[in-house]
Amino acid sequence: MTPLAAVTTETVGNPWLNLAIFAGFVAVTLTLVLRAGKSNKSASDMYTAGAAFSGRQNGIAISGDYLSAASFLGIAGAIAIYGYDGFLYSIGFLVAWLVALLLVAELLRNTGRFTMADVLAFRMRERPVRTAAATSTLVVSFFYLLAQMAGAGGLVALLLNIDNRAGQSLVIAIVGVIMIVYVLIGGMKGTTYVQIIKAVLLISGAAVMSVWVLGRFGLNFSEVLGTGADAGASLAPGAQYGADNTSKLNFVSLSLALVLGTAGLPHILMRFYTVPTAKEARRSVVWAIWLIGLFYLFTLTLGYGAAALVGPDRILAAPGKANSAAPLLAYELGGTILLGIISAVAFATILAVVAGLTITASASFAHDIYASVIHKGNPPAGAEVKVARITALVVGAVAILGGIAANGQNIAFLVALAFAVAASANLPTILYSLFWKRFNTRGCLWSIYGGLIITITLIAFSPAVSGTETSMFPGSDWAWFPLSNPGIVSIPASFLLGILGTLSSKEHLERKYAEMEVRSLTGAGAANEALDH
Amino acid sequence: MSTHKAGGGSTPSTPSEAHYIAVQESAEFQDLRKRYRGWVIPVTIGALIWYFVYVALAAYATDFMSQKVIGNVNVGLIMGLLQFVTTFAITAAYIRYADKVLDPVSSRIRQEMERGELG
Repeated sequence: MTPLAAVTTETVGNPWLNLAIFAGFVAVTLTLVLRAGKSNKSASDMYTAGAAFSGRQNGIAISGDYLSAASFLGIAGAIAIYGYDGFLYSIGFLVAWLVALLLVAELLRNTGRFTMADVLAFRMRERPVRTAAATSTLVVSFFYLLAQMAGAGGLVALLLNIDNRAGQSLVIAIVGVIMIVYVLIGGMKGTTYVQIIKAVLLISGAAVMSVWVLGRFGLNFSEVLGTGADAGASLAPGAQYGADNTSKLNFVSLSLALVLGTAGLPHILMRFYTVPTAKEARRSVVWAIWLIGLFYLFTLTLGYGAAALVGPDRILAAPGKANSAAPLLAYELGGTILLGIISAVAFATILAVVAGLTITASASFAHDIYASVIHKGNPPAGAEVKVARITALVVGAVAILGGIAANGQNIAFLVALAFAVAASANLPTILYSLFWKRFNTRGCLWSIYGGLIITITLIAFSPAVSGTETSMFPGSDWAWFPLSNPGIVSIPASFLLGILGTLSSKEHLERKYAEMEVRSLTGAGAANEALDH
Repeated sequence: MSTHKAGGGSTPSTPSEAHYIAVQESAEFQDLRKRYRGWVIPVTIGALIWYFVYVALAAYATDFMSQKVIGNVNVGLIMGLLQFVTTFAITAAYIRYADKVLDPVSSRIRQEMERGELG
């Protein structure tokens, strides 16, 4: 970079090289997806790859599905700017896996087949419950997609040096189209391969960068922290959330949503169905926890490293703002080549997660709404897969439009909203359904719809949407709810609604619960198609 | 077994329901249930309490969390890294427990059900 270029704008790397590395990744993965797509005929192939993945494969794919742009770009940026408070995301996102491992993964695998609604429909009245579960699946996936597409926009802005909104929007649209192609051709199998490749690339990329950062500071971690802190990334908690009692409460609310959201994320739950048995589901989660934990340890070095070597001011001045911390750090360390590689990895991350979300949303609509609610479980032959494909197209289009609108928002923050919806609308019903024999249809509906309505209302009237400089609509102010993250109100409210709805209804399903409990704990009669009994 | 106390409704149990209720009430299944719930529920609650203690300290005890311990590594960072350690430790402990204590019982019940011995 010549001194002259440095004064004009933050132009990093060579856009054509970045583009070439990214195109290479797309070419390799697309070939794999095309090969996987050949055996993609039935609904079971499309949604769960015939439940034929091993625990280890699925565990790596889960980490690929879970470590989204929010984890890589968002957390590194949050730590580089605010220091310690950004680290909370890493911890919440990891500890959350204990709920999934201990309470949900195996029982869910034993009682369902394709979607989260399978578990609820086991003993409830099927049609209303499936409609509710599909609705919340679509809403959670939408918020999550927004975050990923917004991340794609910011990244492109930085890499291809496209500053105008129209150019960025075009690239968001291209990313959207590529991921639709993955899902349409590859189904769950192709999507899983993309997630596995991406997980390996992302975790090794983060490892290389962390070691490189440490190398710059004589392998002295304390020195990385100290230099980062001098540059402005606080080592003490409170830089982002410590201002007053409201912001502290917001911090607690966010942490509640993070830790309870994971086990209610539909695209994560669906991955438990891609293995043949509960034991393999358990093994997948264990693999996922190790890989995800390892990655989040790297985020600490990456975040403080970006603060130390790039500096918060330069990061905030870059086109993608906080989301540019990791790519800028890559450029600082390894120049154009490393930047190109890390950006391709970040793109791969977004593509893989978006493909996972799309397949979940389309499975939920085609299986729960189209096949089960509209056709009462007997859809015309081949129609369900066709509907799933059409849904994938619609979801892709919505994601593109939403991503264009949300471009520029902090993605870790947007994902936290998806977690709040998942923890409120999904987790209470899943836990009650698996552990509480008295639970019934009304409790389920009150908890899902109540959770959805409360969460979305509170978000709409929060400072996240209007009233402050960082809101989505900074010019207007209709906020009356003081917290950006609604978890601390919406999560207990949904748990309570589940209890109230259940007890106020005379419906008793304890006998069906006997079957559900026996099957959930023993695996008797579970749909393990990959095994030949 | 036409009606059953667990049912609560007025319609009689179907044969399949009666079968599963019988399995559910068997000593073996009750034992499995106790072994499973007796481990995962207290451990999950414990892990969540430990997480929220950590979050509360980070939000409301910033002075305590900012004390430096080794170089620039402060109490807050150590507590945060301990969250990683406990998560990994619980994962490892659960997989041992499930392999040794849960799986043998659950697969025995499943096999007995498939052979038609139970229920």
